[in-house]
Amino acid sequence: MRVLIPTSLHSYTRKAWVEAGGATLGDLVADLDRQYPGIRFRMIDEQGCMRPHIRFFVNGGQSFDLSQPLRPADELLIVQALSGG
Amino acid sequence: MILVATRKGAWIFHGDSARKTWRADGPHFLGHIINHLVLDPRDGRTLLAAAKTGHLGPTIFRSLDRGRTWKEAARPPAFAKAGDGAPGRAVNHTFWLTPGHASEPGVWYAGTSPQGLFRSDDGGINWAPFSYINDDPQFRTWMGSVQDGTPDGPKLHSIIVDPRDPAHLYFAMSGGGVHESVNGGRAFTPLVQGMHVVEGFEAGNLAFHDPHCIRLCPSNPDRLYQQNHCGIYRLDRPSRQWTRIGLNMPKQIGDIGFPLVVHPRDADTAWVFPMDGSNVWPRTSPGGKPAVYVTHNGGRRWQRQDSGLPAREAWWTVKRQAMAADGGDPVGIYFGTSSGELWASRTGGARWHCIARHLPEIYAVETAGTP
Repeated sequence: MRVLIPTSLHSYTRKAWVEAGGATLGDLVADLDRQYPGIRFRMIDEQGCMRPHIRFFVNGGQSFDLSQPLRPADELLIVQALSGG
Repeated sequence: MILVATRKGAWIFHGDSARKTWRADGPHFLGHIINHLVLDPRDGRTLLAAAKTGHLGPTIFRSLDRGRTWKEAARPPAFAKAGDGAPGRAVNHTFWLTPGHASEPGVWYAGTSPQGLFRSDDGGINWAPFSYINDDPQFRTWMGSVQDGTPDGPKLHSIIVDPRDPAHLYFAMSGGGVHESVNGGRAFTPLVQGMHVVEGFEAGNLAFHDPHCIRLCPSNPDRLYQQNHCGIYRLDRPSRQWTRIGLNMPKQIGDIGFPLVVHPRDADTAWVFPMDGSNVWPRTSPGGKPAVYVTHNGGRRWQRQDSGLPAREAWWTVKRQAMAADGGDPVGIYFGTSSGELWASRTGGARWHCIARHLPEIYAVETAGTP
């Protein structure tokens, strides 16, 4: 499926839109890490929790659940919310 | 080289042979929080940078060509995954990097926030928890919670490898005390005797001990100096009793601060950068008059060194990693301020000059020789 990568992670993907797949959101993030090693840990900590300013939107709806099922036709937006100076 | 880590990136300053002129190379990783930038003295070319951004997870960047190109670590420091239902910890940032013993090329140690101890055996590519302390119930009690730490998180720092013995290790925690291992990390024992804690707290509880910076003297590895939340100390091994040599500082200056630097060839000489520790702890130069203080006799007497520094209205803070010495003769001393100024002395602190202004908040300053 199409995945939008936030600019702060373009150092991994070198582009905004990438293709990745997985039966769940967690599987998809794992696939991203296979393609772009290291990218998962910048978004998901070692306890499996989303980092505070990383947000996932599946077809426009926000998801906090890495076990959320995905379909191939879904679209994922990964957003990094900026705050502070 | 002077390696400068800041809240918004890293800079490498290349000096001429006289250390008079400096060329800035940077920023590297603009926008990243760089807590420490360290060159491997064993090969003279490998640089490790402890990095994160304000919003992404922490990582380590490596350079094999003294900063010309960088590659990310494959497996940055991370705590073990907690069991089902158990509270787990996540590394917020790597705070401290220490190259391993000369006989162990490729070995590095890292200290993190929240407090964790990690080791890499392959030059910083893959990191794993080191020793047992990260998940040890006693150590976890001493580490406290996020609420007990410094404003940007409790830190494990001052990881020291005895140059005579790779199995002899020290580290310190803010808070959590000083700890020593003589068997390569299989066991660590507290080393806090003689260290003071804030009035009203129990010195027997290691959670209340807040060492800010520990340094081992290269010319006498049996001597350690410490800048603590509660004073300046010296320890001469095999004694386990720290002596508060900061009581010999001028009373109006006090012995509060963050960094401490030792001389590369003279174990009686050390430098500190005192801070105002009164009332609400401004942690700025006392009276707005910044100065370095040096001892040449193991802390029995201290001399003020402020020639070239602003005479007044300079409310500087110098963080615990932001002061360093080089190997020159006379020794060069360098420090960076939280207001983004980098200062140097080619004369062991006798005379100071500013190398750079307007950098981001400086977190760490290290030096490295020419290969």
